Amino acid sequence: MNLVIGAVTIGFILALLGLGVFLSYRVYHLVDLTADGSFGIGVAVAAALLVHGAPPLVATGAAVAAGALAGAITGFLHTRFQVNPLLAGVLTSTALYSVSLFVMGSGSLSLASSRTLVTQAQRLAAAVGLPETVTLLGTDVQSSSLATLVLMALLAAGFALALARFLGTDLGTAMRAAGNNPQMARAVAIDVEGMVVLGLGVSNGLIGLSGALIAQYQGFANITMGVGAIVTGLANLMVGETLFGKRSIGRWITGAVLGAVVFRLLVAAAIRAGLNADALKLVTAVFVLAVLIVPQWGARLRAPRSAGARAHG
Amino acid sequence: MAEAALRLEGISHVFHRGTPGEVRALDGVDLSLEAGSFTVVLGTNGSGKSSLLNAVAGSLALTSGRVFLDADDVTDWSEQRRARRISRVFQNPFTGTAADLSVAENLALAAGRAGRRGLRRTLGRERRAAVREQVARLGLGLEDRLDTPIGLLSGGQRQALTLLMATMVKPSLLLLDEHTAALDPRSAEQVIRLTQAAVSRGALTTLMVTHSLGQAVALGDRVLVMHRGRVVHDLGDVRRRRISEADLLQLFDRLRWADRLDSSAAEMLRRAYI
Repeated sequence: MNLVIGAVTIGFILALLGLGVFLSYRVYHLVDLTADGSFGIGVAVAAALLVHGAPPLVATGAAVAAGALAGAITGFLHTRFQVNPLLAGVLTSTALYSVSLFVMGSGSLSLASSRTLVTQAQRLAAAVGLPETVTLLGTDVQSSSLATLVLMALLAAGFALALARFLGTDLGTAMRAAGNNPQMARAVAIDVEGMVVLGLGVSNGLIGLSGALIAQYQGFANITMGVGAIVTGLANLMVGETLFGKRSIGRWITGAVLGAVVFRLLVAAAIRAGLNADALKLVTAVFVLAVLIVPQWGARLRAPRSAGARAHG
Repeated sequence: MAEAALRLEGISHVFHRGTPGEVRALDGVDLSLEAGSFTVVLGTNGSGKSSLLNAVAGSLALTSGRVFLDADDVTDWSEQRRARRISRVFQNPFTGTAADLSVAENLALAAGRAGRRGLRRTLGRERRAAVREQVARLGLGLEDRLDTPIGLLSGGQRQALTLLMATMVKPSLLLLDEHTAALDPRSAEQVIRLTQAAVSRGALTTLMVTHSLGQAVALGDRVLVMHRGRVVHDLGDVRRRRISEADLLQLFDRLRWADRLDSSAAEMLRRAYI
């Protein structure tokens, strides 16, 4: 049970990463490699500020701003200087690796003695008089970990709702048009370049938030935490799309959030079943690749049969 | 005298400048369009008529010359800034609409062309009703498909909606870029009928490029014929003077003759001197 709660909590945290990747990959059709860097800078900024005693909300907000700035830089490189979007993302996230090191001052930081959003949520739970442990489905569960779960679920749901609403506003619709058909967007007076910069800013702000929360949840920060963030985000998104489809923005975004949770549960189950945790990124990458290419095989397998049916029919 | 809706002063655009393959797509074009007039641009392939439209829209940077819209110098304005006042229907029906967005969303985006885009809901009840009414007026039955992704509609339906998007907020200038060339004859006729209705209802200043001489004499108050980046004929009062398709065809034949003469003369010179 505790394993499940942990997995779901991390799932909700990484759902924010999924939302960010949704925005760049599905709205703008860009594989935005800034994600690795903005996740990492989110971890670094939040951890560095928390270690120095900053209020958790301020530290988390600063992490969001740092991620958003990183995304805006990538967007600017891409639109203003016509740098290939993949390269623009790699350049930004490579540079951010150094910046993160400067910010943290070392490769890793411990938040064990710092006040964080997680410790605040747990203190709140204790303050409202929750007992130390509660019994859930026959197992004893720390109420502090339940408080953390609720906090992360609320954050993920809140930002998912906000993003869905935003994409239905004039500005959000203009962003979707800019991603879908830049020529049409220009013809109705939408500033396409500005929309890309803004969109990647919002996307990486969410990813920075995800990084800040994971550091606070785990109680430590490590410079390598951002590695592979884009692939994790894509995996979340693909699980979500498989489960919820792509018929409306609402379903899609719901999928991005719950896809992250389901994927974490799968990961937890695999590790429980004996998967070496070191192999996690390899497995994630293979999973994403499989989701990308299996439908092609499926189409190829079906195609000759239908052609044959036509020949005989 | 009333200020012209559009004024071009000596606009030129040179492709591959400074190389042997230099092409003068636009070669010092001067043009003034009276407000409320319908001007049709004809020309052979490569005559510069599409370049002219692109230069006005802002998607083609000028080598020299200036563009004035309602007396404002818009030469240095980006395409998207000009689009607040200039609307455009493209040849390809897929270009003018965002396929993944719904019919209503596409129209709402076009309705907001002149204003700031903020955090208001794109399709609140009021706006939805307004969009629905506009679509119903087309008479294509699309008002019941407002939430359909526009990419699922036919080329003709998409072009009719693009035309609506271009005219629902009155533009200073409407650009039509061979906007029926990619449609089947029935859809083309329908779109032309809708064009006529929208232009006369709004008394829109219109600049249309076409290959159809029939459309030119049916719609235009004024017909321009372009050749090698220049306006070589400027025919006013087309309808009053009863200029016919045959007259225009004759003009084209003469242009073609002149061309042939040029190349054979060049050949003669080459043989004599090389």
